[in-house]
Amino acid sequence: MTRLDVRKTYKLYIGGEFPRSESGRSYIVNDAKGNLMANAAQASRKDARDAVTAARRAFPGWSSKTAYNRAQVVYRIAEVLEGRRDQFVAELRAAEGVTEAKARTYVDAAIDRLVWYAGWADKIGQVVGNANPVAGPYFNLSTPEPSGVVAVVAPRGPLLGLISVVAPLIVTGNTVVVIASEAFPLTAITLGEVMATSDLPGGVVNVLTGSVAEIAPWLASHMDVNGLDLTGVADSDLATSLEAAGAENLKRILRPPLAPIDWLEEPDLSRMTTFLETKTVWHPIGL
Amino acid sequence: MMVSTSSTSGRTNSTGERTSSTNRAFEYAPAPESRSIVDIKPSYGLFINGEFVDGTGTSFKTINPASEEVLAEISEASEADVDLAVKAARRAYTRVWSKLSGAERAKYLYRIARIIQERGRELAVLESIDNGKPIKESRDVDIPIVAAHFFYYAGWADKLSHAGYGTTPLGVAGQVIPWNFPLLMLAWKIAPALACGNTVVLKPAETTPLTALLFAEICQQADLPPGVVNIVTGAGDTGRALVSHPDVDKVAFTGSTDVGRHIAKAVAGSRKKVTLELGGKAANIVFDDAALDQAVEGIVNGIFFNQGHVCCAGSRLLVQESVADEVMEKLKRRMSTLRVGDPLDKNTDIGAINSAEQLAKIRELSDIGEAEGSERWSPACELPTTGFWFPPTVFTGVSQAHRIAREEIFGPVLSVLTFRTPAEAVEKANNTPFGLSAGVWTEKGSRILWMANQLRAGVVWANTFNKFDPTSPFGGYKESGYGREGGRHGLEAYLKVESQR
Repeated sequence: MTRLDVRKTYKLYIGGEFPRSESGRSYIVNDAKGNLMANAAQASRKDARDAVTAARRAFPGWSSKTAYNRAQVVYRIAEVLEGRRDQFVAELRAAEGVTEAKARTYVDAAIDRLVWYAGWADKIGQVVGNANPVAGPYFNLSTPEPSGVVAVVAPRGPLLGLISVVAPLIVTGNTVVVIASEAFPLTAITLGEVMATSDLPGGVVNVLTGSVAEIAPWLASHMDVNGLDLTGVADSDLATSLEAAGAENLKRILRPPLAPIDWLEEPDLSRMTTFLETKTVWHPIGL
Repeated sequence: MMVSTSSTSGRTNSTGERTSSTNRAFEYAPAPESRSIVDIKPSYGLFINGEFVDGTGTSFKTINPASEEVLAEISEASEADVDLAVKAARRAYTRVWSKLSGAERAKYLYRIARIIQERGRELAVLESIDNGKPIKESRDVDIPIVAAHFFYYAGWADKLSHAGYGTTPLGVAGQVIPWNFPLLMLAWKIAPALACGNTVVLKPAETTPLTALLFAEICQQADLPPGVVNIVTGAGDTGRALVSHPDVDKVAFTGSTDVGRHIAKAVAGSRKKVTLELGGKAANIVFDDAALDQAVEGIVNGIFFNQGHVCCAGSRLLVQESVADEVMEKLKRRMSTLRVGDPLDKNTDIGAINSAEQLAKIRELSDIGEAEGSERWSPACELPTTGFWFPPTVFTGVSQAHRIAREEIFGPVLSVLTFRTPAEAVEKANNTPFGLSAGVWTEKGSRILWMANQLRAGVVWANTFNKFDPTSPFGGYKESGYGREGGRHGLEAYLKVESQR
C-alpha cells in the first residue's frame, strides 16, 4: 500500500511567522504540466500592512547589528539552503518543468549569491564611504546607512531572482516586504522556512504571495515604506503608477529593468546602493 | 534706494537711546559695500546656445527684496524656448561636449572657477542685491564655495574611471534651483554635470535670476562651447516644461518637498534619472555638558544664517531640560546683538526676506505658532520700512504637535523643545518626515558618535553647524529627497550606472 503524502499548507511569511492571509483567500498554483501543486495564500491589503509593520519593527534591531553579524546571518541562510538543496531542486523541477541539471544550476547559484552578498556586509561601507578632505579644520566622514523598509516586487521565477533582490537589501541592514513571483509563489514560502531557521530575526524579510496588481499599490503608497524595488513589475503601466504612488513620500525607487536580467551573472553594487543613504558627519578639529 | 541700517540692530531705538544697558554691543557706522561694481542691465533675455536671445514668452521683474526696487526685466521662457534650449544642449552634447576628453572638460571648468574668483566681489554684490542676503555671507560663504565647487569638480573630469560610477554621461540635464543660494545652487548643479560630460539647461528661481545670467556671461568669457550651458529664466511653468521635456535625460531639483513630489510623479515611467534635494526641519540638539557659549553661536548660525532660508537650517532646538533656562538666556542675549538691515552693509547679520510671498508664509506660520500656544520672542528690533523683513524670532513652549515644530518655515524662526535623556532627544529629532540635517552639541565624544548613528539625517554637524564644502556630500533621508551633491558621491547623479543585476 502506498503511503498518502502529507501535503504542505503554503501560507505567508510575516514577522517570522507563517500566517494565512487574513482575507481567507487562496489561489491555485499548478506545476509545469498543469497539475495542481498547492493553494497559495492570496495576500490582501491588510496582510501588506501587517508585513510593513513587522518590517518596521524589525528595522532598528537589524540595522544596528554589526556588519559582521549580518554577514554571518546571511551566510547562515546559504548554509541552511545548501542543506535543503535537493528539496529546492525538486521544487524548481516541478514548478518550472526544467531538467535536474538546470534546476541544480539555479539552486547552486542562489546559494552562491547569498554567500557573495554575505561578504559585502562589512565591505560596502568601505567601498562607498569616504573620508572627505574639506577645506578647514574639520573631521568629515561619509558612511552608508540603510534606507529603512523596502517593498520589493520579485522577478518572475521561483528562487534565484528572489534571492538576488532580497539578499542585497538585508545584508545592508534594510528590512523587506517582498511580493513573490505570482506564478511561482511556493518556493518563496519554502525559502521563508529557510530564513526562519537561519537566525534571521523575524520581520527582516516578509514574504507575500498573491496578485502583484492588487498588493503592490498598497505597498507603493504606504507612508512607512522607504524604498520600492519594481524589478518584477512586467506591466509598464502598473510600474508607472507604482512609481508615481511611491513619489508621495519620496521613496527610493528601482525601476523595472529595460532588458531581462540574466540572474546567473555576477551582480554589481546597484541593488545595494539604491537603498543606501549617505550620512556625512562633521566635527571640528582643535585643541 | 537702499535702506539704512544704522538703527536696526536692536540695541538702540531710532533716536539712538540705549534700550538695554546689559546687552551693550559696539555701535557701528554704516559700512555699505559699493554696488557700483555691478552693472545690471534693464532687461535680460534667455541664454541659449551661447547667446542671449529674446524669449517668446512674457516677462517678469526681479526686485531687490531689501528695497522693492525693480532691478531688471527678465524673460519668462515659454515651452518653445525651453525646447530650443534643450535642443541646443542636445546638439552641444552630441557634437562637442561628449567628444571632448575629460582633461579638456576639466580645463574649461578650471577656467570658470578662476573667472568666478576674479569676479567674486561683483558676484557677491549682485547676489546680495537680488537675494537680500548679507554681503558678508555672499562674499565669505556663497561665492568662495561656488568657485571651490567648480575647481573641485574640474579635477574629477579626467579621473572619473577612479570614482566607481563608470564614465558614461547621461546626456542633457534639466536643472531647477531655488532662490536661497542662487549661484551656489547653480554651481552644485552645473559643475558635476559638466565634469561628467553632460550638457545642461538650468532654470534659476524667478526671484533670483541675476547671478545665473552673469554666470552665462562668464561661460562666454571662458569660451565654453555654445549649448553646453543654457539658462532659461521663469517660474513654475518654465520649470515644469523643463523637467517634463522628453529629451531631458536627467532631472536635478533643489527646492520644496511639495514641488519635489510633483517632479517625482511627473517623471514616473520615464527613464530620467532624478535627484532631489528638498526641505528639512533639522533638530539642533544641545546636551547639558555642551560648551554652551559655542552651542549658542551654533544655534544662531543654524537658524539665522541666510535669514533662515536654508533647507538644512537648525530650526528645531532640542535643549536638555537641565540647561534650558541658561541656554535661552544666553540665546536671547546673543540674538539682541544681531544686526538686521541693509544686505550690502558689511556689519549686517540678517538681511532681507527674499520675497513678499515668503514673508507672508513666515508671518503666517509664526502667527499659527502663537495661536497654538507657543511663546514668541524677538529682540527689540526696528525694521526698515521698505522691503521684506522679519526679526529673528524664537518660540518656547513648543510641543511636537505644533505646526512650527513640524513644518519648514524657511525663515529666521526657531522653535525650542526640551528633552531629558539622549533617547528622548533622538526620538524627537527623528520624529519628522524630513531627514536632511541635524546638529549635536556635547563635549562627550562617544555620545557624539552614538547620536550621529541614531539620527536619520544626511548631514550631522557635531559641535558645529551649517558647514559646506565641495568635497562633502550633501543630501537627505526620507522626504528630504534623494541623491547627494558634493564630493565623490555627487558624481553618481550625472553618470549612467549600468545594469541592475
